[in-house]
Amino acid sequence: MSMFPTLDISASAMHAQTVRLNTIASNMANVDSVSSNAADTYRSKQPVFKTVLDEESGLPMGGVRVDDVVESKAPLKMEYNPNHPSANEDGYIFRPNVNVVEEMANMLSASRSYETNIEVLNTSKQLLLRTIQLGK
Amino acid sequence: MDSIFGIHEQALSIRKERQNIIANNLANADTPNFKARDLDWRKEMQAAQDTLSQSINRPDLKTTHSRHIAGFAESASTQDYLKYRQPTQPALDGNTVETHIEKAQFMENAMQYQATLEFMNGRISGIRGALKGE
Repeated sequence: MSMFPTLDISASAMHAQTVRLNTIASNMANVDSVSSNAADTYRSKQPVFKTVLDEESGLPMGGVRVDDVVESKAPLKMEYNPNHPSANEDGYIFRPNVNVVEEMANMLSASRSYETNIEVLNTSKQLLLRTIQLGK
Repeated sequence: MDSIFGIHEQALSIRKERQNIIANNLANADTPNFKARDLDWRKEMQAAQDTLSQSINRPDLKTTHSRHIAGFAESASTQDYLKYRQPTQPALDGNTVETHIEKAQFMENAMQYQATLEFMNGRISGIRGALKGE
C-alpha cells in the first residue's frame, strides 16, 4: 500500500481521462475518413472505465482504470455519391459512425473530470506538506 | 500514559481515510455502476474513543485450557463504518457520484484535517513551552 494513496487515486483518474480525451481526438480526426466498404470504415472508439479494487481490503478504493476501448455499434452512414473516388460499384461511400455532438459533450465532461482531479491532487498535496511540517 | 495528542491522533487518521474515500469517489465520477461511499464519522469517532479510553471494549479471549493462546478481539476497522451515499438525482448508468456534493465534502474534510493539525501544533508548542520553562 502506498503511503499517500490519495495521490495514486487522483493520478489514476487523470490517466483514465487522458485516454478518454485521446479516443475523442481520434474519433474527431476520423470523422471524414470515408471508405468504399463497411469493413474498412473507421468506427467510433469508446473507453470503458472500471473501478480498481484495493489490494489489501478488496474494497473499491484504488481509483479507476480503462478496462477496454470498444468500438461503437451504431450503424455506419451510407451515402450515395457515385462521383466520389472511393465510391463502390453501386455508387455508395461509407462514413464513420462518429457523432460529433456526442464527442464534444464527452470532451467537456472529460476535461471537467480532469480538472476536478487536479484540484483534489493540489489540496491533498497541501495537507500532506502541512502534516510533514507538524510541530515546526 | 495518555497520548500527547489525545483524540486528535485518531481524528487525523480518520480524516485521512475519509480524504481517500472521497478522492476515490471523485476519481470514479465517470465509471458506470460505481456507488459513492462515505464514512459514518460519529460512529467512527465513537469507536476510536472507546479504544482510547479503555481496553474493556476489546474483549479478551477466554482461555479455558493451559495451551490456549491468549488474545483479544480486533477492534473495529474503518471499513465497518463505510456507508453508501444516497444520490439526490440517480443517473441512468448506475453511478451515484454527484461531483458537486463530493467536492463540497472533500473541501469540508480538508478544512477539518487542517483544524486537527492546528490542534496538534498547539499541543506541541504548549509542551515545548513547558519544557523550556517559559
